[in-house]
Amino acid sequence: MYPSRFGYESPKSVAEAVALLDQFGGEAKVLAGGQSLVPMLKLRFAAPEMLIDINNIDGLRYHRVDPDGSIHIGALCRHEDLEFSDVIAKSQPTIAAAAHLVADPIVRTRGTFVGSVCHADPQGDWAAAMIALDGRIVAQGPKGKREIAMKNFVSGPFQNALAFNELAVEAIIPAPKGVARGGYLKLERRVGDFATASVAVSLDMVGDTIARAGIALAGVGGHTIDATEAASVLVGKTLTAESIAAAATAVAAAADPRTDHRGSSDYKRHIVETFVSRILTGIANTSQKAA
Amino acid sequence: MALDEIKIGGLGASRRRVEDNRFIRGKGQYVDDIVLPGMLHMEILRSPVAHARIKSIDVSAAWEIPGVRLVLTGEMMAARNLAWMPTLSYDTQAVLATDKVRFQGQEVAAVIADDPYIAKDACQAIVVEYEMLPVIVNPDQAKASDAPLIRDDKENQPTNKIFDWEIGDKAGTDKAFAEADKISKIELHYPRSHPSPLESCGSIADFNRATGKLTVYMTTQAPHIIRAAVAMVAELPEHMIRIVSPDLGGGFGNKVPVYPGYVISILASILTERPVKWIEDKSGNLISTGFGRDVYLEGEMALRKDGKILGVRMHTISDHGAFYADAQPSKFKIGLMHSAFACYDIPAAHLTATGYYTNKAPGGVAYRCSFRVTEAMFFQERMVQAAADDLGIDQAEFRRMNFVKDDMFPYRTAFGFLTDSGQYAKCLDIGLEAIGYKNFKAEQEEARKRGRLLGIGISTMTEPLGAGNSREYDIIGIKMFDSAELRVHMTGKALLRTGAKSQGQGHETTWAQIVAHELGIPAEDVVVEEGDTDTAPFGMGTYASRSTPVAGAAVAMVSRKIRAKARKIAAHLLEVSEEDIEWELGRFYVRSNQERGVTIQDCAMAAYSNVPDGLEPGLENNAYYDPPNLTWPFAAYLAKVEIDPETGVWDVLKMVAVDDCGVRINPMIVEGQIMGGLTEAYAMASMQYITFDEEGNCIGSNFMDYLLPTAWETPGFELHEVVTPCPHHPIGAKGIGECATVGGPAAFVNAVMNAIHHTGVRNVDMPLMPNRVYEAIQTGKDISGMPPVRSGN
Repeated sequence: MYPSRFGYESPKSVAEAVALLDQFGGEAKVLAGGQSLVPMLKLRFAAPEMLIDINNIDGLRYHRVDPDGSIHIGALCRHEDLEFSDVIAKSQPTIAAAAHLVADPIVRTRGTFVGSVCHADPQGDWAAAMIALDGRIVAQGPKGKREIAMKNFVSGPFQNALAFNELAVEAIIPAPKGVARGGYLKLERRVGDFATASVAVSLDMVGDTIARAGIALAGVGGHTIDATEAASVLVGKTLTAESIAAAATAVAAAADPRTDHRGSSDYKRHIVETFVSRILTGIANTSQKAA
Repeated sequence: MALDEIKIGGLGASRRRVEDNRFIRGKGQYVDDIVLPGMLHMEILRSPVAHARIKSIDVSAAWEIPGVRLVLTGEMMAARNLAWMPTLSYDTQAVLATDKVRFQGQEVAAVIADDPYIAKDACQAIVVEYEMLPVIVNPDQAKASDAPLIRDDKENQPTNKIFDWEIGDKAGTDKAFAEADKISKIELHYPRSHPSPLESCGSIADFNRATGKLTVYMTTQAPHIIRAAVAMVAELPEHMIRIVSPDLGGGFGNKVPVYPGYVISILASILTERPVKWIEDKSGNLISTGFGRDVYLEGEMALRKDGKILGVRMHTISDHGAFYADAQPSKFKIGLMHSAFACYDIPAAHLTATGYYTNKAPGGVAYRCSFRVTEAMFFQERMVQAAADDLGIDQAEFRRMNFVKDDMFPYRTAFGFLTDSGQYAKCLDIGLEAIGYKNFKAEQEEARKRGRLLGIGISTMTEPLGAGNSREYDIIGIKMFDSAELRVHMTGKALLRTGAKSQGQGHETTWAQIVAHELGIPAEDVVVEEGDTDTAPFGMGTYASRSTPVAGAAVAMVSRKIRAKARKIAAHLLEVSEEDIEWELGRFYVRSNQERGVTIQDCAMAAYSNVPDGLEPGLENNAYYDPPNLTWPFAAYLAKVEIDPETGVWDVLKMVAVDDCGVRINPMIVEGQIMGGLTEAYAMASMQYITFDEEGNCIGSNFMDYLLPTAWETPGFELHEVVTPCPHHPIGAKGIGECATVGGPAAFVNAVMNAIHHTGVRNVDMPLMPNRVYEAIQTGKDISGMPPVRSGN
């Protein structure tokens, strides 16, 4: 496992990193956690001219909830930072549920949230969670910052909307209308395996009423699937057996799985339906208990 | 006063592993840690396709890369008569392909360069033109009348069939089936698996032109067999070959065969006159080196209505890949498959076996297994479960009534093995008690009413461990025995060497315990060395759970020779005749006066300073041990599972293992072996398999596709023990390293089948992945064969 020859730069600031990206005109790759990139280098699936290691840039390893309720996750925030975060546990149930299901504990100590979203693996957990949460990515290029909505960010399998000279510096999860509820379930053959099927659910609830519903799927299509339209059957409703079943059916129909060694397309669709139903039922049950 | 055996680290002491001191400090010395002056690095170019004729190989661009020292192709190997090498099953295997490639991952060319990066770059610069041929990925395709011939290099090989083989009593078995009240059938597939040791294979060949000596550091479980093989393949004199197997990061059967990489590195060192290091990457290990299993098992059982088993028929169809390279005793074409049903009293049995070539990697190694015993026991326990179900007899009761009883030993099995000891029913009863079998049926019924699916699976088996004896067991003609050499120094410290080779089994710890038991020399005073053919005495190596049964016995026997000589010295020191001396642990004393004695250390000192007239000085000896029989450990494995009917996910609620491996040298190490084995059993049952798509692409070439369970999924295990000493082993020990891997898978599969029995499903082939279990529950139909591979994506 010996990668091809590559150069290495370790900028000390975002501006410097962006300048390097600009200089190498698409032949550079950003190294954050490296949990996908390094294996790809070793397998020679990726052979960039230059690696730009952003790990020495101060001030990117953070996550916080702003006073307006929005959550901000810096480019060097590791998966485990979110997994063990009190702030996340209290305020963001979709992220909290997904955090301990990302890869395995070893990968979670090093891999980054933003890096994972940028990697845009169709089976990746965070891209699905971010779509369900209607998040945004802050991209910084030579001419300054811009925000890209998640639904426009993942443009295909392993493809994102960043320009070659842009660095994703932060992910933003908007404040919920009301209370943020949600969950994340993943079926995998083994910890660290790619998902057979994953379901991310995010609901904004005002009282018992669903004000916004976001659902996204991983592992059941050629790219991360935004099932928010299917989930819209929930908006304005309360969680009942009927509304849950309707949503589960609609979301399963939005999945586009293929038959492979992880299961048939029917099986994967069935898992999506089961998981949507389980997450929503779980939310309904905890709401009941709280009331 | 005799010494306290546990305090000196003798038999039964759970002594901490001596070797771990260096391993946990990162001070182990593996092949890749060895750096020799002027060493070059080798990288292998592998075939991307499964079956193709090689039209041309252009290496010119590779030669042009600075730092490249040598580029080798099959043609260059052929010029030195090294393009092909013999396998351990009397077949031939390509070292570097000359005519065709026959599996994906086959070795096509090699580059030797100043560093491994350059070597890899140069491999990428080699251009090979292939003419694609039709691909065969299973025995059904291999035997088709219009199948392309894979081994067109061989004379007298008109088809893809390798062998037809049989054993047992056909007429007697036919009669049993004619008289049966009921016949129960089952068809199974044991998927291809790979031992996947943490450390992949590698070698450093160092040929010294001046002395004519070839030293090869390599990852081998059997250094002496390798020395003999290298002498034959490379036509070098055996005394000028030194094989050193340093610390090994696991073997599990994967490091028994001779691989092309070893041979190429040797030639490269001879040609460059520099040491050449080859370290295989993990994908190379998974796609090209010895796999395990890949057998279709079918058979039937003749039953009397009261539950008595009258006879068994078995047929196996095995897929050996492109070269028949099974590592197994040469008399038995499908290993010890006929050890199946050894723990049951069955009058008649007959086994037929057919082996095929396919366009897949060669192997058929004994992956943590005594030569196909894993497949045999899996078939046995799945067959037994099916028969019990068909008869409507409780699965535990059915086993108990058919067991060979404690008073029936020695017992000749229907296939001709001689089992010699065991307490089968006792082991099962302990297991049933521990798993909570008594009230289980009510619990299962109750749970089912609430939509929960519970099951208990049982697997009971005795297996043959510790080949030889040499009458029946040899590998490429080399008889299977072992030896040990013990030197006791003047101060009573000792050096022990054997021809076995630890890969994690802990020989450095346990061999010293046997010496401590026999001589009373504290285990910490005994250093154990293995793996260097210039210093270690001859041995067949470590695999098939044979170290304790064979090499371990040799350690006891050489210790006894030392004790016999020490007795003569003691008589001299005590000024009495030998007959008047008694032995207690660590000490000889005068029978009439126990106070008057000398320690073994006193004797050691005298051996070098005060030797009686007529006795040779020194205190060292060796012993060769040819076991009279195999050892027969017994195990009862019981798993309790719960299935989520909505997803097919199954969880192990409890796993109980009752092992009887005779006398335990180091109980802690034995327990570690059992837990490791159960983990691999769980892996096999749940996730660990290699498959191929129709083009022969290996699905399982990396750890994203080839799943090894982590601590996260692996269930907890509850261990129990029964001790029935082996009647012929000097210290009463039996093999244990592989029992749990061999017997474990059926316990998990039987448990899942028990949980879904009400659906009418008789079998789901491994791996029992959630989607397969779910589909079986939904359809009520059996799931056979390998999971389908990727479609597109």
